Amino acid sequence: MHVRKSLVMLLYLVFILVPIYWLINMSLKSNQEILGGLTLWPVAPTLDNYRVIFTEPSWYTSYLNSLTYVSMNMAISLLVALPAAYAFSRYRFLGDKHMFFWLLTNRMAPPAVFLLPFFQLYSAVGLFDTPIAVALAHCLFNVPLAVWILEGFMSGVPKEIDETAYIDGYSFPRFFVFIFIPMIRPGIGVTAFFCFMFSWVELLLARTLTSVDAKPIVAQMTRTVSASGIDWGVLAAAGVVALLPGIAVIYFVRNHVAKGFALGRV
Amino acid sequence: MKPYNNKAWWLVLPVFVLVAFSAIIPMMTVVNYSVQDIFDPSTRYFVGTEWYREILSDPRLHDSLVRQFIYSFCVLAIEIPLGIIVALSMPRRGLGVPVSLILLALPLLVPWNVVGTIWQIIGREDIGLYGSLLNGLGVDYNYASSPRDAWITVLIMDVWHWTSLVALLCYSGLRSIPDVYYQAARIDRASSWAVFRYIQLPKLKNVLLIAVMLRFMDSFMIYTEPFVLTGGGPGTATTFLSQTLTQMALGQFDLGRAAAFSLIYFLIILLVTWVFYTAMTHNDDKG
Repeated sequence: MHVRKSLVMLLYLVFILVPIYWLINMSLKSNQEILGGLTLWPVAPTLDNYRVIFTEPSWYTSYLNSLTYVSMNMAISLLVALPAAYAFSRYRFLGDKHMFFWLLTNRMAPPAVFLLPFFQLYSAVGLFDTPIAVALAHCLFNVPLAVWILEGFMSGVPKEIDETAYIDGYSFPRFFVFIFIPMIRPGIGVTAFFCFMFSWVELLLARTLTSVDAKPIVAQMTRTVSASGIDWGVLAAAGVVALLPGIAVIYFVRNHVAKGFALGRV
Repeated sequence: MKPYNNKAWWLVLPVFVLVAFSAIIPMMTVVNYSVQDIFDPSTRYFVGTEWYREILSDPRLHDSLVRQFIYSFCVLAIEIPLGIIVALSMPRRGLGVPVSLILLALPLLVPWNVVGTIWQIIGREDIGLYGSLLNGLGVDYNYASSPRDAWITVLIMDVWHWTSLVALLCYSGLRSIPDVYYQAARIDRASSWAVFRYIQLPKLKNVLLIAVMLRFMDSFMIYTEPFVLTGGGPGTATTFLSQTLTQMALGQFDLGRAAAFSLIYFLIILLVTWVFYTAMTHNDDKG
């Protein structure tokens, strides 16, 4: 039984890791070697591709731009989603179910045509080409998800805790910040990971809302095409570097992911 | 039973304002486009429902809609069971837990255009591992010329990219089952199938709802990865709805038609998601 389970896991991990290995493999090769033929490992390993990323300003600033708007997005999403998720998990109110579903519908807008209105909107309010514009735009799909995940965790906290705190004379803000939030730390960790992930990898909105000053790493990657074709090596190295912040985030929340989504309403 | 209190609206208000800013204004702009014929910002005519009528009888929409439904159905049919199996196979304690969590999360963290690039390279029969492996085994595989191969490659790419999401969600759902349940099952000598069917699956319902809906919505709007991998071809084999829409909006700059298209598109996703949502939360309302 256990052998079979480990085998399934092992096979799946191999399936996951082969393309990742290929990415790392490519990032350590020169373009001639990549396009020259099939080599299972770098025959003439080189760090040139990484050198490009860490020395050319257009690369490393775009990397920092991405980190900026993703962090902003995580902070904003959590800040507004925490009270809302509390409301959904503890109370019924006028239109609560419709509101909840409406929030979800915002994940469903096909981006292709919404790009132009987005561009117009953020240009009109003077936020075009700033990290905050991307952070706000990404809230469109991250805030609903954050509310959803947090609501599940919060519903797992017994209501008696709230009642006891109120009897002990806690005001709502004090109770919420000092008692309730520490109790759902795992949920906050998991939510932060998902917000990070969806914001980090999103391309279309991030590219549309920025041009030079706030250009994100994903957009920078689409510009590795030059006269001599795509610079595969640099692109692969950028992809590898783009994995690192995510690995850090998942490492910090690993125990929280394991704790599980509590038994919320949905 | 939760108390009824309309003051809770104050807690929801920031979310509502923030999301409404990015949702309602662009949405109304699109509605505005969809009823007008726009030549340039100062020359525009109100055309009413003309674009809608035209779109609904457009064979391109029908074709890519059918392709899209088949694709999303396959994505769900593979990724949901596979994700559950992987979650069940996860180690329960020890060093294996953080290691496999991090490894599982890797594909999710790759930017979408890089996902396309990885598979573009790895599938090539001259310089890619899988492409040359398959051809070496005597399978005539070429994603750039055979529609069938291209379609399968896009599907496998999606499975590679997103099954981890389902697995992570299910894994955290499984972890919320107290050990007592398993002990009771052992005393009753329940088969592992019975444990799955009557203990694990019911507890997974909530996270599965999230997983099914996220995977449906995102696969239904898939754009970046096939765009990079195949560019929608060969022919129209991997031209899904988003791709058709983008061609219309940006390629031909047919804003009115594209706007009408995207509203119809949006309504289709909305409808299907609503059916999932209602079906899966139906019992909660009674209980």
